[in-house]
Amino acid sequence: MAYSIEGRTGAWEVVIGLEVHAQVISKAKLFSGAAATFGAEANAQVSFVDAAFPGMLPVLNEECVAQAVRTGLGLNAQINLVSRFDRKNYFYADLPQGYQISQYEHPIVGKGVVEIELADGSTRQIGVTRLHLEQDAGKSLHDQHPTKSFIDLNRSGVGLMEIVSEPDLRSPEETGAYLRKLRAILRYLGTCDGNMEEGSMRADVNVSVRKAGEAYRTRCEVKNVNSVRFVMQAVEAEAARQVEVWESGGEVVQETRLFDPARGETRPMRSKEDAHDYRYFPDPDLLPLVLDADWVEQLRAALPELPDEKRARFMRDFGLSGYDASVLVAERATADFFEAVAAGQDAKLAANWVTVELFAVLNKRGLSIENSPVSAVALGQMLDLMANGTINGRIAKDVFEAMVDSGDLPAVIVERKGLRQVTDTGAIDAACAAVLSANPDKVAEYRSGKDKMFGFFVGQVMKAMAGKGNPALVNEALKKLLSA
Amino acid sequence: MILTDLTLAQARAGLRDRQFSAVELTDAFLAAIAEVNPRLNAFITVTGEAARAQAAAADAALAAGDTRALTGIPLAIKDLFCTKGVRTTAGSKILAPFVPPYESTVTANLLRDGAVFLGKVNMDEFAMGSSNMTSAFGPVTNPWTRAGDNRALVPGGSSGGSAAAVAARLALGATATDTGGSIRQPASFCGIAGIKPTYGRCSRWGVVAFASSLDHPGPLARTVEDCAILLGSMSGFDPKDSTSANLKVPDFAAACRRGVKGLRIGVPREYRMDGMAPEIEAIWQQGLAWLRAEGAEIVDVSLPHTKYGLATYYIVAPAEASSNLARYDGVRFGARTNGADLIELYENTRAEGFGAEVKRRILIGTYVLSAGYYDAYYLKAQKVRALILKDFNDVFQQVDALLTPTAPSAAFAQGEKMDDPVTMYLNDVFTVPANMAGVPGLSVPAGLDSQGLPLGLQVLGRSFDEETVFAVGAAIERAAGFTALPGIRAGG
Repeated sequence: MAYSIEGRTGAWEVVIGLEVHAQVISKAKLFSGAAATFGAEANAQVSFVDAAFPGMLPVLNEECVAQAVRTGLGLNAQINLVSRFDRKNYFYADLPQGYQISQYEHPIVGKGVVEIELADGSTRQIGVTRLHLEQDAGKSLHDQHPTKSFIDLNRSGVGLMEIVSEPDLRSPEETGAYLRKLRAILRYLGTCDGNMEEGSMRADVNVSVRKAGEAYRTRCEVKNVNSVRFVMQAVEAEAARQVEVWESGGEVVQETRLFDPARGETRPMRSKEDAHDYRYFPDPDLLPLVLDADWVEQLRAALPELPDEKRARFMRDFGLSGYDASVLVAERATADFFEAVAAGQDAKLAANWVTVELFAVLNKRGLSIENSPVSAVALGQMLDLMANGTINGRIAKDVFEAMVDSGDLPAVIVERKGLRQVTDTGAIDAACAAVLSANPDKVAEYRSGKDKMFGFFVGQVMKAMAGKGNPALVNEALKKLLSA
Repeated sequence: MILTDLTLAQARAGLRDRQFSAVELTDAFLAAIAEVNPRLNAFITVTGEAARAQAAAADAALAAGDTRALTGIPLAIKDLFCTKGVRTTAGSKILAPFVPPYESTVTANLLRDGAVFLGKVNMDEFAMGSSNMTSAFGPVTNPWTRAGDNRALVPGGSSGGSAAAVAARLALGATATDTGGSIRQPASFCGIAGIKPTYGRCSRWGVVAFASSLDHPGPLARTVEDCAILLGSMSGFDPKDSTSANLKVPDFAAACRRGVKGLRIGVPREYRMDGMAPEIEAIWQQGLAWLRAEGAEIVDVSLPHTKYGLATYYIVAPAEASSNLARYDGVRFGARTNGADLIELYENTRAEGFGAEVKRRILIGTYVLSAGYYDAYYLKAQKVRALILKDFNDVFQQVDALLTPTAPSAAFAQGEKMDDPVTMYLNDVFTVPANMAGVPGLSVPAGLDSQGLPLGLQVLGRSFDEETVFAVGAAIERAAGFTALPGIRAGG
């Protein structure tokens, strides 16, 4: 069922395209040797190039180029062996050069595609228009002094990849799925950490609405949205606003807007009238960027397994469902953790333990998989204990809980707490007999045809045995006694 | 012996033979500056103390046998080259308070080779001009005057301070830059030699940018050989400049002794312009005759797109300048004039900080890059530029070098040609094409006009073949035997 907005005049389709700015993971900035790490003291990571001192010149950082190419390959995109850097001219206090070095007409990466999975299990191909490299600006701080603005140039000149999608997205859900998928690909590749809170990934959201079968109507750009949730909310709010404008006889004007998450609405930032004329022209300080095809192939050969491939492999080799596989591959660290647990084990059982029990613990404690209190090795050992009959599934949950709390290995916990499964048929027979003789009325009910009572007896026996009875042996013993 | 009369090569030999010390040499030039500079205004900043210290270090190095290409040689530095700890103004009010915390690659190379810096010399503001009249620090006076006429003449520009200082014997040589003729035209006006090397030969790192794709650092000196010695030190690959050429630096000085026998010298017919002054035509013919006499073959050639060179230049150069000069906003360095808000700060700072010619070029450049005009101006200009380059590539299939006049006239008086900027721009008509193509060009003094003012001839060569350019220039220099002296000079 396609997403649409029901207006007074009928259903409206929403058309969305994203421009994602992803900060390149690199030691140094795009055109200077200054460090590009987050969180340093203000203006501690600024070279004379970043501050645009007279006579300073940009020198392209080769690692940033490699990262852009890796990303392009990860987006199944065309790598342009010749690209060019242009200057985008405008004045602002946190733009020291008075221009941003970007790629306008000839980006390093051309058309590509990202596959997204939706909640109903369906998939869609979302087109990527292009990816280009550009410099980030510095940061203006307006809240440090009553009459002055402060400037922090640490970010000035840091490498960004701008990844532009086609207007292929049709709902907030698809938009969220695209952004999460893009983030996953970037994180797998190690080309961007995808950290939206720290601003290392930001999205400009282009939204328009139309009636079925129409050409595109005027779009608005919602700038600098910094979480997946906000992007989805911004799409919803902006689409609803535009429907209202059209339906009340108005006209949507092309403009740049900001999303206010507190109010759940978008507000105009600047309109087309005061839009900049950026006077793009090729940067004469830089030569055209020419890539060697063999070098690109070396990068391609060294790419890690990406989420789509990994998901397919998990489904094929481990027999996982599409849903489980998607959950496990969303983060490379989770997938790696799962694979370590699943080695030599029942993979479906392993997937279940990771996605249900472990995720519950991580969520509750606000931990990432990298900081899991239970290691993949320990979880695997626990599955071993289940497989070789040392513990049953029910006891396993207690053992797991103790592993989380103590960090001890499962075998240690089983021994310490005496949780080893009871397989002694004499003891089981005795426990079963005791339960039956204590409940003569229930036995009578069972024998008169109430089969469901069997579960009650199993429960009572397990309770009497502190959960340690081997479930198969308990079942067997009960059946024998009840049919006697 | 008058130390300031020596050429750079002679002074170098004298220092090595211990005929005089580097401190004595430097002191002689500092005394000359003190005496003569008030009449010329060539220097913006004189760094006497630092120069004496450098000279003393040079003497120690010479005594220790550590003799480098320029050990103890006093030079003047165009105020466009950033010099660590020494104010660098670019001839502009907006950079008047600017003291760079770094040394440009070219001046660092000169210091590495033992040079002594006497100070920073005047120039047209941001290198925009052909007369040195646009400097915020006042015009420079040409050491030459017309016979029987004491009116102050311009030294040419933008490297007017460099050329005047060298011609008046206030330095043995000078750094300069050439974006449309700013080395060659002042050389011609002041009766000295100057070379704009191939684009990429000298690093632009640390040189205040005017038009990045056209800016060429290079030397001015009294002789072709002195230019060759200086260029050898200034050149070399610089990883900090992405447009720097990763090539070995040839022995330019040796090339000066090659001679021209067997060389094919082209005479581009498009440089013979309507209304060309007969004296310019005559000196050109004289130059060709000298080369023929030395065994060169003279060939008529065509550079068909020459006539578009100047118009194209005045689109490309301002376009790049409008962007390059955006950084002078009063926020981080240089002069600031406050305002009520950020926009006013920009407006006030730039309105006060920039002079009229700089503002004119920023406006032209902003205009030609604007939406709706880009294709008609900037893009078209780049296409024409490619054709100009092709002209040179084609012609250098036929000949080894070209000979042309350097400028359409001798030096003019301060205040002349000031009414119409286009008249002023015509000064660069013969020099601009080499900037558009990036090929090397050298101006060598060839004679005097009827008023007693020097005239230069220009030798153009293939990219990265400065050696042939030096060989041809030195041959003309030998044949011309140019010994005339300017009226205003040290010891004069």
